[in-house]
Order: sequence, then structure tokens, then C-alpha cells
Amino acid sequence: MKKSFPGRSLLLVAYLIFTLAPIYWMLHMSLRSNLAITSTFAWLPESFSLANYATIFTDSAWYDGYINSIIYVVMNTVLSVSVALPAAYAFSRYSFLGDKHLFFWLLTNRMTPAAVFLLPFFQLYTAIGLMDTHIAVALAHMVFNVPLAVWILEGFMSGVPREIDETAWIDGYSFPRFFVRIFVPLIRAGIGVTAFFCFMFSWVELLLARTLTSVDAKPIAATMTRTVSASGMDWGTLAAAGVLTIVPGALVIYFVRHYIAKGFAMGRV
Amino acid sequence: MTTAKPVNQRAWWLVLPVLISVAFSALIPLMTVVNYSVQDILSPSQSVYVGMEWYKEVLRDSDLHSALVRQLLFSGAVLAVEIPLGVALALAMPAAGWRSSLVLVLLAMPLLVPWNVVGTIWQIFSRADIGLLGYTLTRFGVDYNYAQSSVAAWCTVLIMDVWHWTPLVALLAYAGLRAIPEAYYQAARIDGASRWAVFRYIQLPKLRGVLMIAVLLRFMDSFMIYTEPFVLTGGGPGTSTTFLSQYLTQKAVGQFDLGPAAAFSMVYFLIILLLCFVLYNYIKDVGTADRSSS
Amino acid sequence: MARIELVDVGHSYSASASAPAGQSDALDWALLPMTMTWADGGAYALLGPSGCGKTTLLNIISGLIAPTRGQILLDGRDVTLLAPEHRNIAQVFQFPVVYDTMTVFDNLAFPLRNRQWRTPEVRTRVHEIAEILELLPDLGRRARGLSADAKQKISLGRGLVRPDVAAVLFDEPLTVIDPHLKWLLRRKLKQIHQQLRLSLIYVTHDQTEALTFADQIVLMTKGEVVQAGTAQELFEAPAHRFVGHFIGTPGMNFLDCEWRDGAARIAGTQIVTASGGIPPAGAKLLIGIRPEFVELHDHASANSVPARICAVRDLGASTMVQLQLGPAAVWAKLRNTRHVPELGPVFAHLPPVRCALYADERRVA
Repeated sequence: MKKSFPGRSLLLVAYLIFTLAPIYWMLHMSLRSNLAITSTFAWLPESFSLANYATIFTDSAWYDGYINSIIYVVMNTVLSVSVALPAAYAFSRYSFLGDKHLFFWLLTNRMTPAAVFLLPFFQLYTAIGLMDTHIAVALAHMVFNVPLAVWILEGFMSGVPREIDETAWIDGYSFPRFFVRIFVPLIRAGIGVTAFFCFMFSWVELLLARTLTSVDAKPIAATMTRTVSASGMDWGTLAAAGVLTIVPGALVIYFVRHYIAKGFAMGRV
Repeated sequence: MTTAKPVNQRAWWLVLPVLISVAFSALIPLMTVVNYSVQDILSPSQSVYVGMEWYKEVLRDSDLHSALVRQLLFSGAVLAVEIPLGVALALAMPAAGWRSSLVLVLLAMPLLVPWNVVGTIWQIFSRADIGLLGYTLTRFGVDYNYAQSSVAAWCTVLIMDVWHWTPLVALLAYAGLRAIPEAYYQAARIDGASRWAVFRYIQLPKLRGVLMIAVLLRFMDSFMIYTEPFVLTGGGPGTSTTFLSQYLTQKAVGQFDLGPAAAFSMVYFLIILLLCFVLYNYIKDVGTADRSSS
Repeated sequence: MARIELVDVGHSYSASASAPAGQSDALDWALLPMTMTWADGGAYALLGPSGCGKTTLLNIISGLIAPTRGQILLDGRDVTLLAPEHRNIAQVFQFPVVYDTMTVFDNLAFPLRNRQWRTPEVRTRVHEIAEILELLPDLGRRARGLSADAKQKISLGRGLVRPDVAAVLFDEPLTVIDPHLKWLLRRKLKQIHQQLRLSLIYVTHDQTEALTFADQIVLMTKGEVVQAGTAQELFEAPAHRFVGHFIGTPGMNFLDCEWRDGAARIAGTQIVTASGGIPPAGAKLLIGIRPEFVELHDHASANSVPARICAVRDLGASTMVQLQLGPAAVWAKLRNTRHVPELGPVFAHLPPVRCALYADERRVA
């Protein structure tokens, strides 16, 4: 019996076309000059010009920005997921004083725009001398990524019957061994999706990233917002930058795809 | 075997890293904002305590009321479209093989574009003269101009948001579906369940957790949305697409007054908090109370 | 009540449906082609270690898998390609599968409502089954909050509630149940078997469960049915070395022997066994005897081999004695011993009727 509905392929194809249209347009824009973009419409670019990309690649700020962004985003993802895993386990398996309030409170950290944290973070990181470092941005981003990670992981962990934990104790597994060899494979989908979202939200966060860095750890955010020149908006370069920004994230989801897609592989306990 | 969670205060050790990493960087800003919100800051060194004055002013502001209504409508529309669409997509996506990898990568792309670039691209994309969408719509005879028509502007902003964020819902729901053991589907086959019954009694209940996250996330993020609509329409035409955060920024920057801005931020935060709290409790309790059988 | 026949049924997960017959050797069989008949109303256990193919076999019978080859007949009707919901079978899985959002009543009523039963009849039938399973007080409660054993009963109930159900298949259903509740559930299953006279097929890797539950045991390993018979038959006349090892605690002793001058010999001594036939030439020969039947004598006699007692362990109801017989270790399980054997030389007597000859792991008739 099919687990899906008739017309599902149609929906999927239609939606993929919808999703790819603006992306195609962004690619299209990136291959044209600003003048062409703002004056004429064309289904395909008249000239496949890589000038915008050249602008980006020759400007070392862009290249470094890329690397810097990747560094702090990866740091943040690893930290957020690592810190969230035990907490999510605790929320899922145990009841303790203030647990429900704490769980909800975590989410409230996402209920204010990052702008609210701007000045305090600036002062804090200046005070402890971590300004313009990758770790500063990675830590700052944990404010909104850790609650997300805990919530998503807790949801997936609660889907695993507690009897599995108990059977493992009876079989003599120590907690770390049980966690790594039995539990984590069962919540693969949750970890995959969490890692991707942490990556994604950190990657697109421009305000904090720009504020807490200046030279050494300057991310793409800085250059991304610096696209208004004397002659007006630099559409082409912005579009090219947008295209290039998709690449790391696409790689990330490609690498975690098995985690997301394999899901609940319950073997014989 | 009991089904209630065992009480174990030592679980606090597991939660401690999270607490540390989030709390200290969240509480201090919050206190700063609260502090500012009850002061009249005349100059960097001079401030007067004014109590609830700013709050009263904020709550009396009729422009704020309009912006709030617009915001609520927008967030409502976002949820109404993105949640069912995301779930439908998750059900439609292939479960395995090269096709699933391809679909995952394609679906994730909109999420990875920086938000100002999203707004910028859609700005051109929707223009009737030079953009793919605008041009196509005009060719089909639709009189479409998002700079002049409020309806067009609203629709464009909404569709842009749907384009941008539905993949989040879809990915969460997709992962959630993969986490359902095969045995449930097998048992449903043996029980002779229809496809709809499988969705309603197996898939949807098992997706409750991820859907809760999706609903709360999308609600919060759409309620705080700033960059994309601002870049696309600038809040116009007029104030038809000026949502709450843009209004806040306008007031704070325009009036250069930290006190009222801080009070506004607090009110903003509390509204989101309250609505999320309501949503959270509703979703948690839907379909969990005992009731007697027929 | 269903007569289940499997005719040359085999399954490979890596095969395509259209693999020609001649290529069967190249396939990686999860279940080797087999033919077997299960009589009406019996209680059968599919026993074997993990990965032996018992779940594959179960899923073929229930229709969740279509076998790569062969036919399945239920009461003479070919159901090989028939979907599970049309097959009059029910299946209970390793962990409880219940519809969380429904009440217990609605859970039990679900299969009936899907088949367009009318409400009063649904009600009567659900109450009937709930009574047998002792679920009546819980009918109004949501299935979600119940304990694992109650949920398994609900799973079972969903199977029993259809009057046309002829066979109930169990896939290690007591895995997540508390030990003290396992016994209660097992008793309940036996009770249901007697009351409703259904065929029950029970997959397990636990021999105690199998031996206490089933009339007939089908022992499997590596995709092959090694022996099918009553617990007594499997104990007393194992058809395969694996059966000897798997059944019994501890498993059967297997001693190297050779065929010389028309008889089996261990270290030169002729051993007469229950096996009358002559083993094929060149086969690896073993003599098998269960520890329960090894006798210790202090003098030589027919069918006895010199050995050395190297360890004695008192297990309460019995005494385990470890013997060194040449290079091999042999166990003897003695009951009702008034005197504890001492370490030292002894003669291990192997009663002819209790031991058998095994050629290439298979019992010689």
C-alpha cells in the first residue's frame, strides 16, 4: 500500500519548479551586467558573462569572508548539537524541578530579534577580549540555535520508546556506549535535520556576525551588505554572491541526507 | 512498566551546558532592555525614571495597532499556507534513493540564501518589466504591480515567504515521517486501513512533535520578519506591508529614543511569548485527554 | 483455524522478481526454498538465532512480503500474491503498535470499521474480545498512556477481533515486556489458543519461550529450516548439529569419531548408536549425546570410553560434571546423585539408544 497520495508527483514537480524559478533568476541575474538587469527582460541571459563572479573572486575580502563564515558556522553547529544532545535527553527521559518551564524558556530566546542582543554582546565580547574571533560569533549564535536544537532533538528522542533504554541497561551497556551505539542511530533523522538547521540559521545571520567581527574573522555578511555603490545597487554582484552562498549549505544537506532519510532503523534489540 | 517519566534531579547536570551557553548571553540583554524601557534617556549620562509611561504610550499608539493587525494577518496567512503545504510536500518526497537526495538539496536552497538577497532577488523577479514572475503574469493578462497595489504587494510578500520558508516545514516533517517505524504501516495494512486513515491515525499523530516546532518557529520568525519585506516593498505601498518589526525600527531610528523603543521591544516580545505559549499548550493537548468511548 | 502450506517457498532480498530459475544458486537467500505444512489450529514456534530468516518467513505467511519463489496456500487457496488484509491473518509485532490517538475501544474496533461493520455488532465483538484479554476496564482510555503489556494486548486484540481471522502470527512480541508480566501474557496466549482454536505462529529466539508455548517447533538457522517437530523430538532426536547445540541447556555433546571396520569408533572403542545406517564416505563424523544421558561408570563396559573428571558443579537439582575425553571436553548432567563424583579417571558410558551418529552435521538415520 502506498503511503502517499495520488498526484503527489505532480505536487512535487510543481513545487520544485516554483522553488527553482527565483534561484534560476538569481543565476540569470548573476550572469548579466547591472544595466542589463535593470533595463531589459530576457528568458536567457544575452551573454553568459562571469564578470560578477570575477569581481567576487578577485576581491580577497570575499574569499576570506567565505572561509571565515564556514569556520564559525561549523563551530557553532558542532557546539550547538553537542550541548543540546544531553539536554534533550534529559528533557525527554526525566522529570526534574522546573523542567517544563526551562524547556519553554529556552524557546523564548528566539522570540526577540537578534538586534536586541547587539549592544550587550558587543560590550561583553569586547570586555573579555574575544572581539573579531570566530568563536565569538559561534558562541553568539548559540543563543538562537541551541534552543532550536534542544527542541528538535527532544521531539525525536521522545519518539524512541523508553523500553529500549531499559533493555540496554539490562544487557549491560554503559551510558556512553548505549548513547553512541544504540540511541544516536535511532534519532538519526533528528540529528541530521538539527545539524542542517543550525548550519543554516547561523550561515544567514548577518547582523551579529558583522558586529562582532572586523578584520580577522570577517564573514561574507560584511561584503554581502556592502553592495550599494555610488552608481546604485550592485544587482549582479549580489546575485552572484547569492548563488555562491548556496553552495556550502547544499553540500551540508547532501552530506546529512542519509541521516535525514534513513530515520528509524530499529533492529533486533 | 510505568509510562510517567522518572524523577531525577541529577538530570540537571545534562542540562547545565545548555543553560550556561544560553542564559548568560540572554539574560543580560533582557535586563538592559527592561532597564531602558522604564527610563527617559535624555543623553548618554542623563536619564530619568518614568515607570510605565513608555508602555502606556506604546499601547495607545494607533499606528502600532494597525501594524499589529497587519502582522497578525500576515503570520496567520503564513501558517495557514506553509504548514499544510510543508506536510504535503513531506508526504510527496521520495523516501530513499538518488531522487530523495536530489529533492532534499533542491528544497533546501531557498533557506540558504541570505535574507537581504532574498528580498533583492524577488524585487527584480516580481517586476512586470524586467522580472520572470512579473513578466509572465503580465503576459497572462494580470495587472500586476507590487509597488502600487496593496493587494499585489501583500501577495508578493506572502508568496516570497512561502518560497523562502516552506522548506523548513517540509524538512522537519520529512525527517519526522522517516522516524515512523515500518511496523505501524504493516499493522495498518493488516487492519485494512485506508490511506487517509494511515495519515490521520499514524502519520499525523507521530508528526505532532515536529509540527509543534514548525508552527512555533514559523510563527515567531514571521512575527519578527524584517529584512525580506523591507527590501522588497519598503513597507509600501503606503503602510500596507509595514509589519511590526519595521514599525519598531522606524520609531527607534527615526525618533532616536531608546526609552520608548525599549518599551516597544518588551511589548513585542511579550506578545510573541503569549501567543507562542497559547499555541504550545494547544498543540500539546490536542488529542491527549481521555474520553469515553461510543 | 487454517491449514498453511508452503510449497518451495524461498526468498531473497537482493533478487529481482524476474530472476530466472537457473540463477537461483547465485542469489543470496534470506530464506532457502522449503516446503512445509502447518496443520489447522496448532501452536507453532519459529525458533532460531537472530538473522536466521524466521521473521522473513513470518512476513511471507502474513503477506507483507511476496516470496521470490514458491507458493503459499491457506486452506488450499493460493494466496501468494494476495494482500495481507485479505488473508485472514493477524500479526503482533516486536514492540506494541497501537493507534495512540484512539481509545482502546476504537483501536479494537478499527479493523471492523474498515470492513464496514455496523455499530451494534462492532460493540458486541469488541466487548467480547476485550473480556477475553481482560481489557474491559480500559476501553474508554486513550491507548497512548497504557503500559507496554496492555498495548501488546491491544495489538493482539486488533488481530483477534476479526472473526474470520484464521491464524495469528507473533514476531517476538514479549521483547519489551517486563519479565514478570511475560509469564502472564504467555499464559493468556495459551488460554486464547485453547479457547478460540486459532493457528498461532510464534517467532522467538528464546528456546524456553518456544518450548513452553508451542506444540511444534520449527528450528531455523541461516535461512534454512533445520528441523520441525515437538519439543520432545527436538530434544531426543536432533536432526542437525545446530539443533543439538541450540536446544537444551547446555547443548548436546559432539564427539569426534571415525568409521572403521563397519562401526563408529571413538579412540578405537566401538560405539553403538541409535543410528542404524552407514554414513557416506568421507563425511566428517560426530557422535552426539546429550549431557543428560551421559552416565559415569567406574569400570569399562560396552559403549564406554575412558575419561577424566576435571570439574564438578552442584546446580541444586542437578550436578554438572565436566569430563575430559581425549582432547575434547564433554559435559554430563547428573540428576538425583546421592554421591558427588570425585575428580579423577572414570568411564563415560554412552547408552546406545541415546546417542546418534552425525555425518556432515546431519543425523544419520
